[in-house]
Amino acid sequence: MRPLPIIKLIFASFVVIFLLGPLVAVLPLSLTDSVFLNYPISGYSTRWFKELVTAESWRLSIVNSLLIGSGTTVLATLLGTLAALGLRGKRASLLVSTLRTVFLLPMVVPAVVLGVGMQLMFARYGLTNTYLGVIIAHTVVAVPFVLVNVSSALQGVDVRLEQAAASLGAAPPTVLFSVTLPIALPGIISGALFAFATSLDEVVLTLFVAGPNQRTLARQMFATIRENISPAIVSAAAVFIVGTIVLSLAMLAIRRRMA
Amino acid sequence: MDSPFISFRQVVKRFGPLTVVDHLDLDITRGEFIALLGPSGSGKTTLLMMLAGFEQATSGSIEVGGVRVDGLPPHKRNMGVVFQNYALFPHMSVRDNIAFPLKMRNTPKAEIATRVARVLDMVKLSAMAERKPAQLSGGQQQRVALARALVFEPQVVLMDEPLGALDKKLREQMQLDIRDLHRRLGLTIVFVTHDQDEALTMSDRIAVFNHGRIEQIGTPREIYELPRTPFVAEFIGETNLLSCKVEEQAGETVRLTTDGGLTLSAHAGAAGIDGGKVRVSIRPEAIRINDHAAATANRLTARILDAVYFGDHMRLVASVGEQRLIIKGDRTSEAAEVGREVALSFAASDVWVVGSCDQTSATA
Repeated sequence: MRPLPIIKLIFASFVVIFLLGPLVAVLPLSLTDSVFLNYPISGYSTRWFKELVTAESWRLSIVNSLLIGSGTTVLATLLGTLAALGLRGKRASLLVSTLRTVFLLPMVVPAVVLGVGMQLMFARYGLTNTYLGVIIAHTVVAVPFVLVNVSSALQGVDVRLEQAAASLGAAPPTVLFSVTLPIALPGIISGALFAFATSLDEVVLTLFVAGPNQRTLARQMFATIRENISPAIVSAAAVFIVGTIVLSLAMLAIRRRMA
Repeated sequence: MDSPFISFRQVVKRFGPLTVVDHLDLDITRGEFIALLGPSGSGKTTLLMMLAGFEQATSGSIEVGGVRVDGLPPHKRNMGVVFQNYALFPHMSVRDNIAFPLKMRNTPKAEIATRVARVLDMVKLSAMAERKPAQLSGGQQQRVALARALVFEPQVVLMDEPLGALDKKLREQMQLDIRDLHRRLGLTIVFVTHDQDEALTMSDRIAVFNHGRIEQIGTPREIYELPRTPFVAEFIGETNLLSCKVEEQAGETVRLTTDGGLTLSAHAGAAGIDGGKVRVSIRPEAIRINDHAAATANRLTARILDAVYFGDHMRLVASVGEQRLIIKGDRTSEAAEVGREVALSFAASDVWVVGSCDQTSATA
């Protein structure tokens, strides 16, 4: 009666290989000293990482990514948290469920569709080729992540804690800032991290609304792979992966500490 | 009685089609410990929530100290609330939890420190001040919740089944502690519970709730010994409720025949007798077994059907003809033997009329 566990194990291994294989295959190339993106690696060097920080286009794109990522994080966290607070504890009426769906829609609407719409609209308001425009675009797709995370965190906040605070003399804003939000903080932080990650990763909307000056790291990689396949792309990918791992670890640590 | 400190006037609370509190009047004196007792869904917690301001009355008025409070938000009512699950702020230390109401009142820092230290000492938790609530036992959390509700010297302390989550021994200790605090500090306490023992041992007065109304209000002794309705008689303690036909009435004393065919002498009770059929309550501990010396109005011969040892007493079930009676017997009684024939005796004043049968069917 052993075959089932073995089959499960084999299947799981294939899934893991399928997911991680490309990364494992490509990552060592970030340390190649050659100008070509292929094996075998003749010698190891950090020249492509240096290229990332020295070459103007790469450097600018990293700075842009951080800038736009931070802006998106702040805006999306603020809006998503407000939305979650507004939708919290409401009885399931048509209005509430419609609103919730609208907030979550950007998760399922094809980015291309959103991109086209945004380009047309942004052009009208002079937002194309501006940082603000890119931040707004990224915020639209990041808000659902914040909303989902903060909503579930708020569900864990016992209403009686807020009632207790009120009975002890706290006016509604004080209850919000000294009880509700601190207790929901882990959810807000993970929502913020999701928002940042979403912004870093976003290419399609960026293609539509960003100008040459707002070229993000992801966008730069996309462009480079078409123009000249340089190992710098792999170095950028390595930076991405390490960054993502650090963010996930931070998230886990925060959850662990707050729980 | 002094003029009431808290008064509910014709208070109604409806949730959709459901009337949870039904035209209720209740007066509470300053310094009183009143228990709101009743089964779940009887409206007692809703009444407390309306007093605290978490629920709005559908109609009627609530006054505290001569001021209408039913339009005030909870944070302006100056009431200490102790919740069933304690509702301690998990992200704050014990000290910060207790300091919270004082900070809300902009109390100077030095004064906060001394007052927090004083209540911590009062609830014997000075050593735990820097801990988080999750690091405390249930009893300790309960004491923190109490300290937090008392530290700002509120005009009323409201407690919503605060001891429900504690084990029996701890609960009894806390009952005594809370009663002691009430006496020492002269607090006005409104205490919601579904535990009749808790209500009997702790409070000055008990209001028995049923279907959004107060069935009876009085001292624990009145509620237990002079129940006015079958519901009250059955809800507070164990009792034998018998349906009887009124044979003749002479002043306070009534001759009755039970549906089981027994003839009893009874006390007319507070419910009054109208109609030929009434219900009477006989407490299990009022019935004596084989006490031939007692000159009592009611003497019956019964057979023991069941006997259960409870440590401090025996719970016996006896049958008199068709009628079954529960009896609280002496633990050493040799009568406590299944199948034995015994003589039962009880005074006419222990057979308490709690209402006519027609009334009962109307309220049930």
